[in-house]
Amino acid sequence: MAQLSYRDAVAAGIAQEMRRDERVVLFGEDTAAAGGVFKTTVGLFEEFGPRRVKDTPISELAILGAAMGAAMTGLRPVAEIMFSDFLACCWDYVANEIAKTRYMSDGQITLPLVIRTANGAGSRFGAQHSQSVENWAMAIPGIKVVAPSSPADAKGLLASAIRDPDPVLFFEHKSLLANKGEVPDGEHVEPLGKARVLRTGADATIIALAAMVPRAEKAADALAAEGIKATVIDVRSLVPLDAKTILVESARTGRVFTVEENPRLCGWGAEIASIVQEEIFSSLKGPIIRITTPHVPLPSADQLEDAVIPTVARIVAEVKRGLGR
Amino acid sequence: MSVTRQAHPAQGAAELPEATRLRLFQLQVEIRHTEKRAYDLFLQNLVKGTSHLALGQEAVAAGFAAAMNKDDYTFCTYRGHHHTLARGASMQAVLGELMGRQCGLMKGKGGSMHLTSVAHGVMGSYAIVGAHLPIAAGAAWSAQYRGTKQVAVAFFGDGATNIGAFHEALNLAAVWKLPVIFCCENNMYMEYTPISAVTAVKHPAADRAGSYGLPRQVIDGNDADIVYSTARDAIAKARSGGGPSLIECLTYRHSGHSRADPAKYRPKEELEEWMKRDPVALYRGRLLAAGIAEAALAKIEAESMARLDQATEAAKASPTPALESAMTDVWADGGNAWRN
Repeated sequence: MAQLSYRDAVAAGIAQEMRRDERVVLFGEDTAAAGGVFKTTVGLFEEFGPRRVKDTPISELAILGAAMGAAMTGLRPVAEIMFSDFLACCWDYVANEIAKTRYMSDGQITLPLVIRTANGAGSRFGAQHSQSVENWAMAIPGIKVVAPSSPADAKGLLASAIRDPDPVLFFEHKSLLANKGEVPDGEHVEPLGKARVLRTGADATIIALAAMVPRAEKAADALAAEGIKATVIDVRSLVPLDAKTILVESARTGRVFTVEENPRLCGWGAEIASIVQEEIFSSLKGPIIRITTPHVPLPSADQLEDAVIPTVARIVAEVKRGLGR
Repeated sequence: MSVTRQAHPAQGAAELPEATRLRLFQLQVEIRHTEKRAYDLFLQNLVKGTSHLALGQEAVAAGFAAAMNKDDYTFCTYRGHHHTLARGASMQAVLGELMGRQCGLMKGKGGSMHLTSVAHGVMGSYAIVGAHLPIAAGAAWSAQYRGTKQVAVAFFGDGATNIGAFHEALNLAAVWKLPVIFCCENNMYMEYTPISAVTAVKHPAADRAGSYGLPRQVIDGNDADIVYSTARDAIAKARSGGGPSLIECLTYRHSGHSRADPAKYRPKEELEEWMKRDPVALYRGRLLAAGIAEAALAKIEAESMARLDQATEAAKASPTPALESAMTDVWADGGNAWRN
């Protein structure tokens, strides 16, 4: 196995798919010659050339519109929206066009495309370049929503997203880009819609996504030192959602905690809390507790940003409070 | 805004073969008949929701469709019945969709504003103004990438020229030299407001062409010969790698914006002037003057009406869609599952 950074794993995933499928094309702002502003597409322009790896103008409507038109006519486009916050500029394409056209056309049109975007806080970029917007996307029927937490998943889930016959919104987390981890050699593909149980413990079930996953794991380490054994689940894919794994692991402990970077209202954990209470209410030993960013725009100063995004200390404190310890 | 017929040098129009001219006439007649029938069905409460008729704009659809290859791509707006019919979708499937029947193009899942018939190259009708221009550019890019020589045509109204997607699509298409034609059907009104009241230039599409390095083209959109020859030239240019075109067709809708709009905001004289320039009547007169027999034209009209009557009865007799179909085809596997 090779040690790869999360950002290199993204490029490796795209390269793997471009090598096996001539229909895969990649484009976005600064994506080609510059290798991406987050350096997640380094080397691809050099390997695949300007026909398959293209720079676009700052035209988010044209980027997603072109991806859609290309996807419905035989290509497998991978379009990059530089920051997930900018999805608001082209939300029509996500919410009205890409997500709904298969349904409205009674299945005549299929849209195998991927929208990659840099999501999340940690870079001190302030309220318009730091948001976690995965919960916007999961509110729209017709688009899959994936957010990897590790280099192996960045490669494997992205490969799956590119092969998927449906549109996928793929969130790459800015604060994870430099993280290194083992990535399997050779072709690596991880199926969409499968949560990963990272560890099991009998006292609490902590459910996390993307950058909150390593924090949940560290919190579980700290809790273990105090004699509290926690299960940690990496959701990985919000749509399709692996509700089965979440329900099984929630029932096992009866104490459920979600760790969400998105702001409070209608965050992804609210849907999970709803499913859990509706389907395994009798297994619960206490209320489901959501640990989220509060319902405020994100501040820029490092001290302020750190104060609002869920931290290891806050996860530990909330779990202990929930367990009455 | 008066029609400037000299604005386009489509003088080759007079040399069109008779078969092409009869085809242009037939397409216009079929669209005219079907759109009127759609209105009648609405009055009978058989067409629900909304509909945006293209009465008066038949020449644009006929002229382009007759100039396109079978595998070229059409992208329409919510006012898209005429283009969908012109590319070959059946009257029954179009009316059936308007009526929410099983025989509809999309079996009632899209409705009047989203007519789609991939088998005929109609890659969708888009109801968010301007959204389909970048999509058409993407389809053109795909054709260029795959080397298929296909061309994409996006039809849109004058109102779309002030939305960002118009400008982003034009720029990208020009930069990537895409085989796409942007065809503005300038019918002078957005919904209720004249386009001239809210636009910085006189010709909302053509006067922007220079910004994207494209030639300025304004043509008489009520003259099927001119539309056909202009479309033919632009398509040939796109097919041979010459890049995109932007064509502004001056036309007029005979009815309101949508079925709810009596269009009382239009000056009487203006309406009268344009009704005199009815594209179907104008074309009929031209063919007669060119020596085509009245009986030949009457036959085309009678056959169109007979087909339409048959299509209408078949659509009326078609069952409503199975309720289960509301839950299908969210995903490519045919289902709607978002969880296990």
